[in-house]
Amino acid sequence: MKVSITVNGTGHDVDVEPRTLLVYFLREQLGLKGTNVGCDTTSCGACTVLLDGESVKSCTVLAVQADGSEVTTIEGLAGDGELHPVQQAFHENHALQCGYCTPGFVMASVSLLKENPSPSEEEIRLALEGNLCRCTGYHNILKAVQAAARAGA
Amino acid sequence: MIPAPFDYARAGSVDEAIELLGREDAKVIAGGHSLLPLLKLRFARPSLLVDIGRLDDLRYVREDGDRIAIGALSRHADLALDPVLAQGCGLLARTAGNVGDPQVRHRGTIGGSVAHADPASDLATVLLTIDADFVARGPDGDRTIAAADLFTGPFETSLGSQELLTEIRVPKVDGGRYLKHVRRQQDWATVAVAAARPNGDVRVGLAGMGPTPLRARAVEDAVAGGASPAEAAAHAAEGADPPSDVSGSSEYRAHLARVLTRQALEQI
Repeated sequence: MKVSITVNGTGHDVDVEPRTLLVYFLREQLGLKGTNVGCDTTSCGACTVLLDGESVKSCTVLAVQADGSEVTTIEGLAGDGELHPVQQAFHENHALQCGYCTPGFVMASVSLLKENPSPSEEEIRLALEGNLCRCTGYHNILKAVQAAARAGA
Repeated sequence: MIPAPFDYARAGSVDEAIELLGREDAKVIAGGHSLLPLLKLRFARPSLLVDIGRLDDLRYVREDGDRIAIGALSRHADLALDPVLAQGCGLLARTAGNVGDPQVRHRGTIGGSVAHADPASDLATVLLTIDADFVARGPDGDRTIAAADLFTGPFETSLGSQELLTEIRVPKVDGGRYLKHVRRQQDWATVAVAAARPNGDVRVGLAGMGPTPLRARAVEDAVAGGASPAEAAAHAAEGADPPSDVSGSSEYRAHLARVLTRQALEQI
């Protein structure tokens, strides 16, 4: 069926099968491969994107449910060659190792800082409970989010 | 994982949704955070998904006499921050803020959680504990269902196939506790215990202890008879038939129920 979805500021009027998951719409129909599929079971958060400004796991949203909505993916954060402050903070604090979970962590952090610009350490840990990292661990991710908050992300 | 094919229709009104649900094997989708995982595993194979996600007039929290009325499409994230709910039934607001993780709470709805009727559901257990009422609309109009009559089995409710849950009505409750034991923060409860005094009397509910959320009647009776929290909590698993699975054995769940019940009773 026909849907109209704005992704990173660009409108797309496209045909999708009703069973198409938002993450596959982004990756396969639009070629935006920055959003990763991890567990595919709403657990790991690797596929986190912003739907109308709020973090969601795009493996558990149908593309047809996003009809008329605005989606922001990791590709939509940086502007004019400048990293988004959260991306910059992840870079400077070495908040990643293999990088597979990173787009999801960055998007979840962007959503957190929008809702709570000055989170405590505990609030950051709880806000990122829906994202799993299997290599570098969470310490530097926490530091990166704190740095991004200080930078006014 | 890709769901099996289905037709899709977005309802523009509650009445249109009810009409669409007349089709055989049609299923309601709201936030989709209970249904989509089942579709992907192909445990559910509806012929038609009726999307009620844009029925914004089902998204509200308001005082209604001595009760609080909650629109079925209210999302967990909205309930967690709602000032009316925080004031009138903080236990439910806090529990909504403890469902899943932030991404799940941005999508999941209270009506969806209730209608999905997972035996380990946080919200369903609290709603059963505080004697919530549920308003459902079908082709013949509205009817009100008491919590004790709603949950009939694992993932089963007394809602008809063409009925839509539209509103949850809860009493005003001061205090109350919901203690959840999980192996990982975002997991479903292995066991959870709700305790509150909705009308002055102590009420206790259990998640993960049987085919549906349960009331711990033996505990409630013991408290009413003057038992201490420790004495009353010893009855927490009476009449329950907790499952054994990867999260814990039946015996372990019964133990957790007793420990969490004692802690919850001590804290209300």
